[in-house]
Amino acid sequence: MFNILHAEFIAPGIKRFHIEASRIARKQRPGQFVIVRVYEEGERIPLTIESSDNARGIISIVVQSLGKTTHLLNSLNAGDHILDVVGPLGRPSEIAKFGTVVVMGGGVGTAMAYPTAAALKRAGNRIISIVGARSRELVILEREMREVSDSLMITTDDGTYADKGFVTDKLRQLIQNGVRIDLVLAVGPIPMMKAVAGMTRGERIRTLVSLNPIMIDGTGMCGGCRVLVGGKSEFACVDGPEFDAHRVDFDLLVQRNRTYRAQEQRSLAEFQCEREARGKRGAADEGCAVEGARP
Amino acid sequence: MTRPAKPSLNVLPLRERMKVPRQPMPEQPAEARASCFTEVNLGYSAELARQEAIRCLECAKPACTDRCPVGVKVREFVQLIVAGDFLAAAAKIREDNVLPAITGRVCPQEDHCEGGCLMGKKVKPLGIGYLERFVADYEQRMGVRHLPRVPPTGKRVAVVGSGPSGLTVAGDLVQRGHKVRVFEALHELGGVLVYGIPEFRLPKQIIREQLDYMRDMGVEFETDVVIGRTVTIDELMEEEGYDAVFIGTGAGLPVFMNVPGEHLNGVYSANEFLTRINLMKAYKFPTYDQPMVDLHGKDVAVIGGGNTALDAIRSALRLGARKAYVIYRRSEAEMPARAEEAKHAREEGIEFRMLTNPVEFLPDSDGWLGGVRCVRMELGEPDASGRRRPVPLAGSEFDLPLSVAVIAIGTSANPIVQSTTPGLGTDKRGYIQADSGTQRTSRKGVFAGGDIVTGSATVILAMGAGRRAAKSIHEYLTTNQW
Repeated sequence: MFNILHAEFIAPGIKRFHIEASRIARKQRPGQFVIVRVYEEGERIPLTIESSDNARGIISIVVQSLGKTTHLLNSLNAGDHILDVVGPLGRPSEIAKFGTVVVMGGGVGTAMAYPTAAALKRAGNRIISIVGARSRELVILEREMREVSDSLMITTDDGTYADKGFVTDKLRQLIQNGVRIDLVLAVGPIPMMKAVAGMTRGERIRTLVSLNPIMIDGTGMCGGCRVLVGGKSEFACVDGPEFDAHRVDFDLLVQRNRTYRAQEQRSLAEFQCEREARGKRGAADEGCAVEGARP
Repeated sequence: MTRPAKPSLNVLPLRERMKVPRQPMPEQPAEARASCFTEVNLGYSAELARQEAIRCLECAKPACTDRCPVGVKVREFVQLIVAGDFLAAAAKIREDNVLPAITGRVCPQEDHCEGGCLMGKKVKPLGIGYLERFVADYEQRMGVRHLPRVPPTGKRVAVVGSGPSGLTVAGDLVQRGHKVRVFEALHELGGVLVYGIPEFRLPKQIIREQLDYMRDMGVEFETDVVIGRTVTIDELMEEEGYDAVFIGTGAGLPVFMNVPGEHLNGVYSANEFLTRINLMKAYKFPTYDQPMVDLHGKDVAVIGGGNTALDAIRSALRLGARKAYVIYRRSEAEMPARAEEAKHAREEGIEFRMLTNPVEFLPDSDGWLGGVRCVRMELGEPDASGRRRPVPLAGSEFDLPLSVAVIAIGTSANPIVQSTTPGLGTDKRGYIQADSGTQRTSRKGVFAGGDIVTGSATVILAMGAGRRAAKSIHEYLTTNQW
């Protein structure tokens, strides 16, 4: 049982939790993640560690409501528990002095990019950060990213905040302006990471992406998280989650992440239906009719 | 702690014993069990157990014990069954084996005790596994515990992994007065026993009972700890004050075949397929949240011929598969699976496609598996394993329509502990090097055993390593000599 000490929405559908997990807090390094199982019948899902406080034995995770498990998690508050939290998993980001590093965070990916950006800054790198979101209220960690960046650019898809466009537009400008870039770290939706890889490949800029494939145990046992990197199977949980973007088969990752789309949609629909039913007095017995659901 | 074996009460003359037929294991009918996960074997009654036990020839030099990796005193415990003292029989097994209800179910007895049974040369060997299971279940039903009454030594041992080797080490050491804590990476204890072996072969309740027994003996458990990530071996010894560490992290990364199409949706490793079903109970989706591909009416194949392969394909059948194939590149005689599992699988309607090897997984549409292209094989000269090497027959390719394929061709070493423990010697395949007698590694105070040392093997071989490790950990802790 892991206690939630603090929980707050930092954007619509995006919640930050402070969780008591002293062993994990002590060991966590930027780039690593945890796997959680919220309750007994729950699935195991990987989640980003945003930061940790070793002295207080607390880790901070950022969760975006996408499927049933993340919706359920985001309905929890301080004083609630999470049944299992295991980690820190994956190989930590390589922290060294590279020179100028462009750190790109798309959506909730910014939470994964942030601790690495901070560590790279401390290691003496010049950090140019590009944070993107669909619209104004979904821009997260702006203040935190600003603190660890020499310069910070923000884009929104709909132009409701900062510059309208995508993070890749900003990267293209940097390249076109002849800015010397020694490393790019991109964390976000797969199409974004793929676009970044396409842009830096020709320029021969070393580029890392943090992948989030289907995963169960997170310790190298199940092989569900296999990704094709340079034509070779690698396991994101033990070999990653960061990989050389120019060698990753992103299309395959998209395809494999679709495996349980139907089941995921059904779980979410039933969860939301139940929640609504619970909210409505007297409606609890009506049951939830979801297309294709077994009785 | 236990009573000495009484003189044999077996009044049946030796000559007559060979004439008593081996008592068959009562089992669920194949049609009934092929669609549910309840246990196939139902277990002996007391009467059947005594009827079987009287067959024992009580050899002066019992090969059964010699061939048991943990050295269970078979003759003695069988004599106690004949005498009707089932609890004493259980206690006798427990002197050497802390998990009798588990080994009684999953051991490949034909390779060990029953393979050594003298009677097997003429008639069927003594049903040692069935008898072991009977007394272990009897003891559990009676609620009897044989708890250690030894003074604490004040020494602390950390066990990494709660699979068969780790549990054996823990059980043996706690009985010698050491304080033992077992660390498990997953949320549930038992290692391969819970994530790998399905309910119909080893009910989870049995494992829980054995774990409760160990807790009563004083073993401590901590889940959700990945040694090497959450805490390192060095930290366990230097900061958490453990005097010795046993590494039993088990089977590692699943091996894939490296053939085209292996990344199609619907192609699983056996570890993932079985973990979803056994550990995460995905077959109860949506009551349980972990999803699983719906197998109803689908054609499913497993690639491989071991116990894991049969566990996977028999699970697929229970989840509604229309056709369920075992595709294996050698012939049935070379299949490493337990004989009983192969028999059960066949009875349930699993189709065996022997001397067949996949060369490509074929897509249907949208990135999903549609079939497998196979080549027929023939057996050539024996290879390094002593088995005849399968050789592809040119021009024999054929396609088999499939929706789901499960690859069960083995595992490679998990690198997490090795890569985070400086000075821990590994072999060229990445497995931890440990002395085959003492299970000592290159690091003082650190021992290892089970699949992380040998590569994929069996529950009982891992337990044998655990038993040797416990003995040498005890020696190390009491003499402080490395």
